[in-house]
Amino acid sequence: MADHWFDDAAGPVVRPYAMTRGRTRSGGTDTQLDLIALVIADGADDADGAEPGALSAAEDKLLADHSFVPEHHDIVVLCRRSPLSVAEVAAELDLPVGVVRVLIGDLLESALVRVTRPVPPAELPDESILREVINGLRAL
Amino acid sequence: MVFGRSERRGSKAPAEPVTLKILVAGGFGVGKTTLVGAVSEIKPLRTEELLTEASRPVDSTRGVEAKTTTTVAMDFGRITINEELVLYLFGTPGQDRFWFLWDELATGALGAVVLADTRRLENSFAAVDYFERRGIPFTVAVNCFDDAERYPVEHVREALDLDGGIPVLLCDARQRESARDVLVSVVEHAMRIATRTTAGT
Repeated sequence: MADHWFDDAAGPVVRPYAMTRGRTRSGGTDTQLDLIALVIADGADDADGAEPGALSAAEDKLLADHSFVPEHHDIVVLCRRSPLSVAEVAAELDLPVGVVRVLIGDLLESALVRVTRPVPPAELPDESILREVINGLRAL
Repeated sequence: MVFGRSERRGSKAPAEPVTLKILVAGGFGVGKTTLVGAVSEIKPLRTEELLTEASRPVDSTRGVEAKTTTTVAMDFGRITINEELVLYLFGTPGQDRFWFLWDELATGALGAVVLADTRRLENSFAAVDYFERRGIPFTVAVNCFDDAERYPVEHVREALDLDGGIPVLLCDARQRESARDVLVSVVEHAMRIATRTTAGT
């Protein structure tokens, strides 16, 4: 069984998943996160005059927890700057989508990020939305 | 990262934009990433999916032994329509053995572009078939390569055995306006289908 994981092909598969401690799913989500689901890290209160995008002390403490890896932190910082789709987060961090999904799931569980639900499958968006898309494209 | 809004704000979050996606499919080397790049506001990004035990279909373990088959790249771009609407374009993996990834990409897609090259029209059969069977609205766009012979769109329609309602147009995937027209055609087609469906029930 063990030698299965030590052949040449195992390298690129195993390394990124070490970040998720071998998990391919996160406890935080039942459904698979869509590639275009937006990941949002809401801003900390401005009251203390913190830098835009800076993490609050509570978040810092939470992320310092040893169950988180530096990439968790990176995701929160990235998505605080502007909401990013799951695909964009993966591209920005240069990590496979599968790995990023697990990490985002962890953050969801700890309420460090929120995720939007895209249009449900097998359902076309509203006609008014489609019209808006057409007009937007024409204006390009 | 242009999202058109400032980030410094308190606890009040604005409404999040609705995200939509259009797939760009077609054979290897037909210009999918070129088309995405021509209209995207960001340089096409590349995301990779690893084939793991969890994502690999049980019936296709053969051929996965080789190291080169462990990652699948998908290129994608983004068009911010306005503050409430963001459109993502995904180039599908070109290789046929990654069809199972298409299902994920196609889920919730607004529509698709099938890019075709008249010199290798047969390379677009699989994509046409895929979208037809799943009822995903698509436009066939013939990428007019400089050294390829031009054919009237009706010939292409016939060769691909397309239903009369499916838009077929000629394009130059390198040109922004041309790529944009292809996308407009997809959304218009999706809208016609949507109207027809609601009218029919």
